[in-house]
Amino acid sequence: MKMFRGSTSGPDKASAPAQSYPKLSRRSSGLGELARYWSSQEGLCILDLGATSPANIRYFTERSHKMYSEDLLTASTDPGLVTKDEQGNIVLDSRQFLEDNLVYPAAQFDVVLCWNLPDYMDESLVKPVVGRLWSVLKPGGILLAFFHTRDAGPDAPCYRYHIMGPDVLDMQPIVPQREVRRGPTGAIHRAVGAGFRLQRVFNNRHIENLFRDFASIKFFLSRDNIREVLVVR
Amino acid sequence: MEVPKTGEFAHIGKSVVIKGELTGSEDLYLDGQVEGSILLKGNNLTVGPNGQVKANVDAKGVIVQGKLEGNLHATDRVELKKSAIVMGDIATQRIAIEEGAYLKGKVDVGKDGK
Repeated sequence: MKMFRGSTSGPDKASAPAQSYPKLSRRSSGLGELARYWSSQEGLCILDLGATSPANIRYFTERSHKMYSEDLLTASTDPGLVTKDEQGNIVLDSRQFLEDNLVYPAAQFDVVLCWNLPDYMDESLVKPVVGRLWSVLKPGGILLAFFHTRDAGPDAPCYRYHIMGPDVLDMQPIVPQREVRRGPTGAIHRAVGAGFRLQRVFNNRHIENLFRDFASIKFFLSRDNIREVLVVR
Repeated sequence: MEVPKTGEFAHIGKSVVIKGELTGSEDLYLDGQVEGSILLKGNNLTVGPNGQVKANVDAKGVIVQGKLEGNLHATDRVELKKSAIVMGDIATQRIAIEEGAYLKGKVDVGKDGK
């Protein structure tokens, strides 16, 4: 394992993340635009909501930004969140979820990396989480999210995203380990099963509604059935 | 990872439970449970695979293989092994995180871990 510092003289081979997973790379226009922003600033506060990525932590700490990591999808597998709504349907307790997660009384973020979280998160959590993200973003702060198009199909794999360059991402399919299926509190969560499944496909109108409290939204279309969205608070 | 020999480290085994403030001036291998605070200025802490720590930690270097809830300040370096579960903020000079480690918190990499 290679140690890395806050300021190193560029990447080296030994510090690259472990490549024990099938490597899929993609160019990301949304990330490219964000990278221009964080390259021109110092000491930004960045929140990564994907699965813990050593590459992302290295990428930001090398550039003297403050990095927060919170794997919300894994956090949502906590069986303690399961409850029933007024109609008796099984849902996740969004109030409890927001008491346990995305709690940053002392921080506001310049950038939030949502990745594909909304597509895989339980329906009952999506809107409350986006509302909380609005409140933890600074005015003018930017959020990056990816949304599948209908053509992606229901079995579209859930990826962990590793930033490899200003507009290059490595994508690693998330295969839940025993620890992930257990959730952070340690109890087994039966709904995760073999992997996270695509919960829904948002169309453009849905996405605009989801982020309607934000100041602006910008779409980037790509060839791999993904729409990238940059949202400014 | 090999368990350090007892002569090189103070060793807290997996059946040991400690509540309170843990301080020392030698390296510590901790495979049990600690709730409170851990202060090892100038020395290293290793949380073994069975280790469960609910404490703020202040040490020179910290290696985590088990579970740690609390803020972690290391003047030299922090290593999160693939089995690590860390919920808390990390301030250090150098950090290495293996694939598979779980981290919920802030990472602040700066001079002297401040």
